[in-house]
Amino acid sequence: MLYRESGQFKSDYAADQAIFPIRQDRIGMAAILFAAFVVVPLIADHYFLSTILIPFLIFALAAIGLNILTGYCGQLSLGTGGFMACGAFAAYKLATAFPELNIVFVFLLSGGVAAAVGVVFGVPSLRIKGFYLAVATLAAQFFLIWLFTKLPWFTNYSSSGVISAPPRSVFGFYVTGIEATAEAKYIFCLTLVAVLALVAKNLVRGRIGRAWMAIRDMDIAAEIIGIRPLRTKLLAFAVSSFYCGVAGALWAFIYTSSVEALAFDINRSFQILFMIIIGGLGSILGSFLGAAFIVLLPIFLNVVPTSLGVPLSTATIAHFEYMIFGALIVFFLIVEPHGLARLWQLAKEKLRLWPFPH
Amino acid sequence: MIDILFGPLKEIWEFPAFFAEVVIGGLLSGVMYSLVALGFVLIFKASGVFNFAQGAMVLCAALTFVGFEELGAPFWLALILTLGVMLLMALAIERLVLRPLVNQAPIILFMATIGVTFFIDGLFQTIWGSDVKRLDVGIPKDPIEFAGVQVNSFDIVAALIAGALVAGLAFFFQSTRIGRALRAVADDHQAAQSVGIPLQTIWVIVWAVAGLVALVAGTMWGSKLGVQFSLALIALKALPVLILGGFTSIPGAIVGGLIIGMGEKVAEVYWAPGIGGGIEDWFAYILALVFLMFRPQGLFGEKIIERV
Repeated sequence: MLYRESGQFKSDYAADQAIFPIRQDRIGMAAILFAAFVVVPLIADHYFLSTILIPFLIFALAAIGLNILTGYCGQLSLGTGGFMACGAFAAYKLATAFPELNIVFVFLLSGGVAAAVGVVFGVPSLRIKGFYLAVATLAAQFFLIWLFTKLPWFTNYSSSGVISAPPRSVFGFYVTGIEATAEAKYIFCLTLVAVLALVAKNLVRGRIGRAWMAIRDMDIAAEIIGIRPLRTKLLAFAVSSFYCGVAGALWAFIYTSSVEALAFDINRSFQILFMIIIGGLGSILGSFLGAAFIVLLPIFLNVVPTSLGVPLSTATIAHFEYMIFGALIVFFLIVEPHGLARLWQLAKEKLRLWPFPH
Repeated sequence: MIDILFGPLKEIWEFPAFFAEVVIGGLLSGVMYSLVALGFVLIFKASGVFNFAQGAMVLCAALTFVGFEELGAPFWLALILTLGVMLLMALAIERLVLRPLVNQAPIILFMATIGVTFFIDGLFQTIWGSDVKRLDVGIPKDPIEFAGVQVNSFDIVAALIAGALVAGLAFFFQSTRIGRALRAVADDHQAAQSVGIPLQTIWVIVWAVAGLVALVAGTMWGSKLGVQFSLALIALKALPVLILGGFTSIPGAIVGGLIIGMGEKVAEVYWAPGIGGGIEDWFAYILALVFLMFRPQGLFGEKIIERV
C-alpha cells in the first residue's frame, strides 16, 4: 500500500524524466542520505566506519567505474586495479608537488590522470573486442603495477616503495593523514562518492549513456545509426578510468593512508569485476549492492562459524571465500545476469502491483 | 636512453653463444606456454568458449597428482586417478556451467569461466592444502651441452613430450572420426547437429582432452617449479600466446608460445636491466597488444567477419 504511485500526476516533461519520478523513491532516497550523512556518524564506532563503511564506499566508486565500461559500454576490462593505482600514485605526486592545492582538486585531477591513461589503453578497443580486449586490459594491469613498483620517481624515492598520505584538511577538518578522525574521513568519502554516483547516474541516463548501451548491445548496428564507435568507447574508457582513479586515490589517502602498488594487483581487478557481476551489470545501484556484498561476505565468514563454535583457519576462510565467490558468479550469470539490482527492481515492481498482481 | 635501447645489440653481437643459449632457453620455456595455451585452443575450437579456467585446471591436475602420490599411490595409479578426476571436473563444468549458458554472449561465458576458476582454485586448495609441494616424475634436470650452448635436459624432455602431445592431437583432429566430427562442430554447431553429430558428446570429449592437456602441462610445470598456487597464474602467461597465435589454431598456439617464450627471455636478459628488471610480467602482453593493433585475428586465426 505504501509503494504506490497512483495519484501522482506529472504535468511537464521535466517531472516525468526526473531520476526518481515516484514520490516514495524520493522520500526513500532522502531518508537513506540523511541516515548516511547524519545518523551513521553519530552512532557508528571507529571500527565500523574505517573497516566497513569507508572501504565499501571506495569499492562502490570503483565498481561504478567498471560498470560504466563493462556494464554500460560492454567492454570487459580486467585492468581496474591498474587504473586505481594510477589514481593513487597521481594523487600522491600531485599532493606532494602542490601542497597548497585543495585535496578535493587533487583527487579530481588524479582521476583525470587515470582517465588519460585509460584512454591510451582503450585505443585498441576499436579493433578488438570481447575477451581479446580483456587480455589487452590485462596488459594495462601488469604494466602499470610494474611501472609504479619499479620507478622510484612515483614514490618520491622512498626506500620502501610505499606512499603515505600527507595530512590535508577540508573546511578546517583533517580528512587525510594521521590526525584525521574516522568520522571526517567517512563524511568526506561519502560526499565525494554521492556526488560522483549522482553524476554517473545522470550520465548513463542521457545521450552518452544511451550511446554506450547501443555500442554494448550491437556495435555495428550502433555505428550504422550514427554513433561513432571510437569516440564513444574511448569516452567510456575515460569516464570509467576517472572513477577508478578517484577510487584508487581515496583508497590510498583515506582508507589505508599508506599503500604500495601491489595493493592494486590483478586480484583487486577480479574483486571489482565480481562486484559488478553480483551487484548487477549496467546498474549504478548494483555497484553499491555488489560492493556491500563483497565487503560483508568475508566478515560474515569470519564471524558466523566462530560464533557457532566451529572456528575456521584463515587459510580455510580464504579458500571458502574463493569457492563462494566463484559459485555465486556462475549462479548469478545463469540465474539472474542483472544481479542483485535486478532482484531489487523486481521487488519494487511487485510492490507497485501488490495486492493485485494482474 | 640510446644506450639502454641499443647497448644490448652490441652485447648480442659480441657474445653470440650466450645469445643462442638465451634464445634456446626461451624457446624451450615457450613450449611450456604452448602446452597451457593448447588447452584453451581445444575448447575454444570446439565450443567457442574461452575457458579462463584452464590455468586452474592445470593447477588442479598437478595438485591432485601430487596428492594421490602422497597418499601412497604408485605413479601410474596416481596418473589414472588424476585423469579420472579431471574427466569428472570437465563433465561437471560442461553440465553445470556451460549448458545453462548456451546462446549467451561469449563475454558472459568468459566471465562464467572466471567464476569457475575461483571456485576450483578454492575447492582444490581446501582438499589438498595450499603449501608448496614437490613433484618428481623422474625427468633428469642436469644441464647438457650442445656445441658450446648449455641446455637444461628437463626442458628438452618437456619439449619432446609437448611435441608428442601436439602430434597426437593433430592426428586425432585430422584423421579420426571423432576428430572430424569435432571440426564440424567447431565450424557450425547447428549444421553439425543436423547431420547427426551429437553435440553434447563432442563437448564432453573436448573438455576431457583439455583436461588431459592440463594434466600434462600441470605435471611438467609442477616438476619444474613445484606445485603451488602460482601455477594457476601460468594461464595468464598463456593468454598473450593465444592472442599472438590466434584463438582457433593449434599451430598458432605452438608458434605463439615459442615467440613469446623467446621474446620474453631475450628482453628480460638484455633490455630489462636497463629499465629496472622484472619485465616478464607484462612484456608478453604489450607484445601481443601491439601485434593486435595490426592483425586483430592473430597469426593463424581466421579473419573475423561481422554482419549486422
